[in-house]
Amino acid sequence: MAERFHLPTLAQELRPPLSTDEALAEANRCLFCYDAPCTRACPTHIDVPLFIKQIATGNTGGSARTILQSNILGASCARVCPTEVLCEGACVLTDQHRPIKIGPLQRFATDHAQATGQPILTPGPRQRGSVGIIGAGPAGLACAAELLRQGYQAVVYDAAPQAGGLNTVGVAQYKLTPAAALAEVAWLEQAGLEIRRGVRVGTDLSLTSLEAAHDAVFVGVGMGSIPGIGIEGEAQPGVWDALDFIAALKAGDAALLATLKGAQVAVIGGGNTSIDVTTQAARAGAHKTWLLYRRGPEHMSAYVHEIELTLSHGTELLCYATPRRILPGPAAAHGHAAQVGGLEIELRPASGQAETRTLPATLVVRATGQRGAALTALLPVLSEQGVVKADDWGRTSNPKYYAGGDCVSGGQEVVHAARDGKRAAQAMITDILSKLNTTTAARR
Amino acid sequence: MADLSVDFCGIKSPNPFWLASAPPTNTGDQIMRAFDAGWGGAVWKTLGEPIINVSSRYSAVGYRGNRMMGLNNIELITDRPLDVNFREIAEVKKRYPKHALIVSLMVESKRETWHQMVRRAEDAGADGLELNFGCPHGMVERGMGAAVGQVPDYACQITEWVKEVARTPVIVKLTPNVTDIVYPARAAQKGGADAVSLINTINSITGVDLDSFTPRPVVHGASAHGGYCGPAVKPIALNMMASVAQEVSIPISGIGGISTWQDAAEFILLGASTVQVCTAVMHHGFRIVTDLIDGLSTYLDSKGMGSVKELCGKSVQRVKRWEELNLNYRVIAAVNQSKCIGCGVCYVACNDGAHQAIGAAPDQRGRTRVEILEHKCVGCNLCSLVCPVDDCITMQRVDNFGDSVLPYKTFSKDPAAYPHVKSNRHDI
Repeated sequence: MAERFHLPTLAQELRPPLSTDEALAEANRCLFCYDAPCTRACPTHIDVPLFIKQIATGNTGGSARTILQSNILGASCARVCPTEVLCEGACVLTDQHRPIKIGPLQRFATDHAQATGQPILTPGPRQRGSVGIIGAGPAGLACAAELLRQGYQAVVYDAAPQAGGLNTVGVAQYKLTPAAALAEVAWLEQAGLEIRRGVRVGTDLSLTSLEAAHDAVFVGVGMGSIPGIGIEGEAQPGVWDALDFIAALKAGDAALLATLKGAQVAVIGGGNTSIDVTTQAARAGAHKTWLLYRRGPEHMSAYVHEIELTLSHGTELLCYATPRRILPGPAAAHGHAAQVGGLEIELRPASGQAETRTLPATLVVRATGQRGAALTALLPVLSEQGVVKADDWGRTSNPKYYAGGDCVSGGQEVVHAARDGKRAAQAMITDILSKLNTTTAARR
Repeated sequence: MADLSVDFCGIKSPNPFWLASAPPTNTGDQIMRAFDAGWGGAVWKTLGEPIINVSSRYSAVGYRGNRMMGLNNIELITDRPLDVNFREIAEVKKRYPKHALIVSLMVESKRETWHQMVRRAEDAGADGLELNFGCPHGMVERGMGAAVGQVPDYACQITEWVKEVARTPVIVKLTPNVTDIVYPARAAQKGGADAVSLINTINSITGVDLDSFTPRPVVHGASAHGGYCGPAVKPIALNMMASVAQEVSIPISGIGGISTWQDAAEFILLGASTVQVCTAVMHHGFRIVTDLIDGLSTYLDSKGMGSVKELCGKSVQRVKRWEELNLNYRVIAAVNQSKCIGCGVCYVACNDGAHQAIGAAPDQRGRTRVEILEHKCVGCNLCSLVCPVDDCITMQRVDNFGDSVLPYKTFSKDPAAYPHVKSNRHDI
């Protein structure tokens, strides 16, 4: 009997887990390259050939240790990393036939470790020194984990009721489920990582008290909301900030899910977030999805494989498209059930006549780039256009403050945040924390 | 974490992983890099009167797209001057005092020549000596290597000469190119050896170029038999390990196709106190030691063992003579239909190659659905060996005899008294 086609659902994973047989067959294909390009391509420089060899030899626990040694967020990165342009993109077998499935193999090892109760890390012998970390997103967690591993105290403060930052609320569900993101946080807490949820620094805890309680501060606050684009009608309900939209979907918001069934969704943007939105909308049952980009496709900042993903979900890509006006929707529906009455756009292809068109959109989503986090401007560190100025090791203009992740990069991958957090922890240890211990020793 | 350090007949090593005497241990630079990578010890490439090598020297056998399942070489002992080797040995020992540095020796069969060589190696700082009685090519024709190892009396004699002057432990490296390796192993022990190591390489020709008709490796239109090693030889080496472990009381260093920590653990279970690796390093470099150490250590932890010594020899007594095996024991195959992918490989293997105990018919999707014919199954394992899915075909014990053992010698005295044994027989 022929298999029937089904549209992918919202929760259906883009990269499903490998079975043991699949993982072993794939691991045995790895050439165990010398000075491996995959390791060089990974921002955290995971020893990829080694962890794959360890899967091949049945040392799956050792494989997970190898991964987590370099990247404490190896479990979420296995799911969300754009491996097509990082490790797998660098695999030498790409030229021969097809690259090793490094992401799924990494998930195989880290899932095994989580399932068997293997600790995510072993805290080092207790040292003097404590760091206050603002933000329990990938950068903050990676920073805290590295400090814990080296024996230092780290306290992570987060305004949200749930930790994990964008891993929990921001990454498309088909890449990383909230459950998987929270399980990773729980795994860290089991190893002794300390998170204080619902504490908004600057309000619930003043910067003065934070500085007094800790020897150094790490800023991992991420970015803020997506500003309006300045067109008529954008203040009405039914017009969404992409991050709120994704967060609502990940939280299983019933009103939005109902609105999306049969909806016609226009998404404005050209980056990877706009792909997350169109693809999730299509999977949630939208009848039509448009991706509107103001310039030609070659300028889009989304990865090629991401653009292909949303096109495969039926999204129509309209380039050279400028939104002009959002028409008012029916007044009956409110909040997350609200709809708009259409989106007027101007299409101006490089060659040919400009034309104005009204899309019968029922929802409009802005995915046009975030502004800096509100807290960033209040911190005693130099920032520029909403992003904190920091060097490669997270050092800011203030010697007590370090920073990393999206609040420094303006928005990158989870793996970059994991690298930033780890490196900032290493810098804090070198610059500040190790000295606390040598002076103690000298006094004795 | 388990303690991996070992004391091998007085030679201390941070872990049981040594590099075998071979191209990876040709120079001090290589050995120091290996120690930096984590190797516990190294056996220096065999020293003797410097020789001349041919070009080319290695050839290999691949299997189904995997390279170097087996490796063959016609390279001889060191071709570097002896004083250079001794100077480097002293340098390595000075910089790495806690690592095991064993020097492999092979000289002409004269007492004085051996005495002189032993003294020079020990003066350079060797922690132990390995007598190369195993090299199968090139040196044999000159009355050295396997030419000594194949004659137990010679092996015993030279071991005695070496022991007359040696201050460090003496390991005799055995050749597998004999009918029964137990004889030279006994001879080494009789000659006073402190340990034996096995196996050296196996006589081989890896293949023939079908266009030029020249066997490999090619040396100007001709070749010579070489020494075979790598993963392909491991089963042969394991069998010899078990035989020697049951026969001698001195420690054994296991060699032969070790590439992974599992391979190493198997040698240790069959009596090895240390293991030596060559081909896997020639393929992938010194860095493979990371997983050898991590994997073995994790394995020992999982077995609740604190040291390598606790694992050593645990399987030796489980290698028995055929006639000691239990005829009451009976297993048959069972297929987990939910795991079966319907390839039919087990069916054709059993039907054509074994005991016609599997039935097959196409299912609704056009795949082969197999069924074990239990009354015909003799429990040979073949189907479970060819099945491409892990744990899809498993062997289930079906007798009711528990621990009651019926060896062949008991059975053969009165076969009629044990009618149940017939069920192991191929259906007539």
